[in-house]
Amino acid sequence: MSWEVVIGLEVHCQINTKTKAFCGCSTEFGAEPNSQTCPVCLGMPGQLPVLNDVAAKKTILTGLAINADINLESKFDRKNYFYPDLPKGYQISQFAVPIVEGGYIDIPTKDGEKRLGVTRIHMEEDAGKSMHEGLDAVSHIDLNRSGIPLMEIVSEPDMRSADEAIAYLKQLHQIIKFLGVSGADMEKGQFRCDANVSVRQKGAPLGTRTEMKNMNSFRFIKQAIEFEVLRQIEIIEDGGEVKQESRLWDSVKNESRSMRSKEEAHDYRYFPEPDLPPLRVTQEEVDAIKAGMPELPNQLRKRFETEFGLSAYDADVLTQTQSLAQWYEALVASHPANPKQCANWLANELLGRLKELNKDISESPISAQALASLLDRIADNTISGKIAKDVLDAMMASGKNVDAIIDEKGLKQVSDTGAIDAMIQEVLDANQGQVEAYKGGQDRLFGFFVGQVMKASKGKANPAMVNQRLKELLG
Amino acid sequence: MDIDVKKIANLSRIRLTDVEAADLAPQLSSIMGYIDKLSEVNTDGVPPTAHPHDVAMPQRADVVTNPSRRDALQQPAPRTESGLYVVPKVLE
Repeated sequence: MSWEVVIGLEVHCQINTKTKAFCGCSTEFGAEPNSQTCPVCLGMPGQLPVLNDVAAKKTILTGLAINADINLESKFDRKNYFYPDLPKGYQISQFAVPIVEGGYIDIPTKDGEKRLGVTRIHMEEDAGKSMHEGLDAVSHIDLNRSGIPLMEIVSEPDMRSADEAIAYLKQLHQIIKFLGVSGADMEKGQFRCDANVSVRQKGAPLGTRTEMKNMNSFRFIKQAIEFEVLRQIEIIEDGGEVKQESRLWDSVKNESRSMRSKEEAHDYRYFPEPDLPPLRVTQEEVDAIKAGMPELPNQLRKRFETEFGLSAYDADVLTQTQSLAQWYEALVASHPANPKQCANWLANELLGRLKELNKDISESPISAQALASLLDRIADNTISGKIAKDVLDAMMASGKNVDAIIDEKGLKQVSDTGAIDAMIQEVLDANQGQVEAYKGGQDRLFGFFVGQVMKASKGKANPAMVNQRLKELLG
Repeated sequence: MDIDVKKIANLSRIRLTDVEAADLAPQLSSIMGYIDKLSEVNTDGVPPTAHPHDVAMPQRADVVTNPSRRDALQQPAPRTESGLYVVPKVLE
């Protein structure tokens, strides 16, 4: 039988504001428990919420970035449920009329770009945090997170594999980082995902879905979806029926389990929030937000491909973050002769070394201009690419400039024909047997001679000249 | 109208005895029946009212205005420990 997987995703993303959604409490991460609370976010009687205008603006910006429509009038509703980390007994959310509707994200697939629909983005407030670990008969509640503004980004059920789901999430995560609307730090729970998963026979109506709750790592999300798909197929093939339920992924046991407690709570009894009148924004305000939108990852990728002739892969690597893309552009500006070489040296050499140091590009010990001057020395044949790697190490360690290091270590490339010929002759004399074999037709030995000469020169011989002179002398 | 009083009570965390539930069922039904009268009005083309007052939402600037007043705010809590609220165990 041929099964088709259907996945829809809900992403809860913390909007990076200084204060909470409906009160002036700080949102600073890691503060003393319950030190950032007030009567509003503690749900004390008689308190009234007042919306943070930055939360609304950032949600609108996100909507514009995914090509969605902005509702000039949107509304807030109460979502009612009981849990100790929700002091009011309801969450203020947008149910009937969200601020953002419609939109899409394009993801790369092996068959080209695929467009995945976004149903809506609505604003809501986060709940507090409950802790159970190491406690017997009680739970502990920290309400610093209570009332922190969230965007919930709801996709259409357009994904057909765990890989597509991850591609969508990565793209969305990157867009959000570029927009600066969220820290989107997954470990801090600032970007978390619920996955709705069902399976069906190709072309059949939608199967019963289950919801995998609250995952905050791309790896776990992929594992959880793949596990769930197999679980559902097995149930159906065994003649059973999938039960609609919420499930929790256990990343230690690598399996999911049913969250029975969530079942009865599904009756949220939404109703309009009487404490908040409709949220109205003008088209002029929306246009002003749009005017401030930065270049988005997809646009940047395409520009790097066309403007600098980069491969799709390199363009993708170099546009992972804005700071990396800016670093690359600064590098090309200082060494415009070869953008491709700039990409290779940045992506392979510098990023590799930074990774070993556990550093980000923004913490690089050398500047884009310094790396450009190193590439200049390769271009003008002062040093070979191979030696340049050692020079880069020295530059990163000492902070000295490229010419100082080349002088100090005597690394200047030998491009003098006489000196190179002498080295070649020495190598050929010492390897008579191989010379005979080469002349007898073993062409592959050419590489051996090049290697020996380079070794004899301690890597300083100009490789192009060695190649050329070797060909002539072996003639 | 048939109303599941026990379910509503449970969702609202209100404990009812069977006697109370039986007593409330007809009362709630009659209230719902009264509200149902509204559905007799033809509302075709009338947009739903989101709020009784026709006002736009006031908004606040994103500036921290609340000092930490944890000790005072935790006064009414039955139990706290190291600044955390202590509640009966919630299982997930």
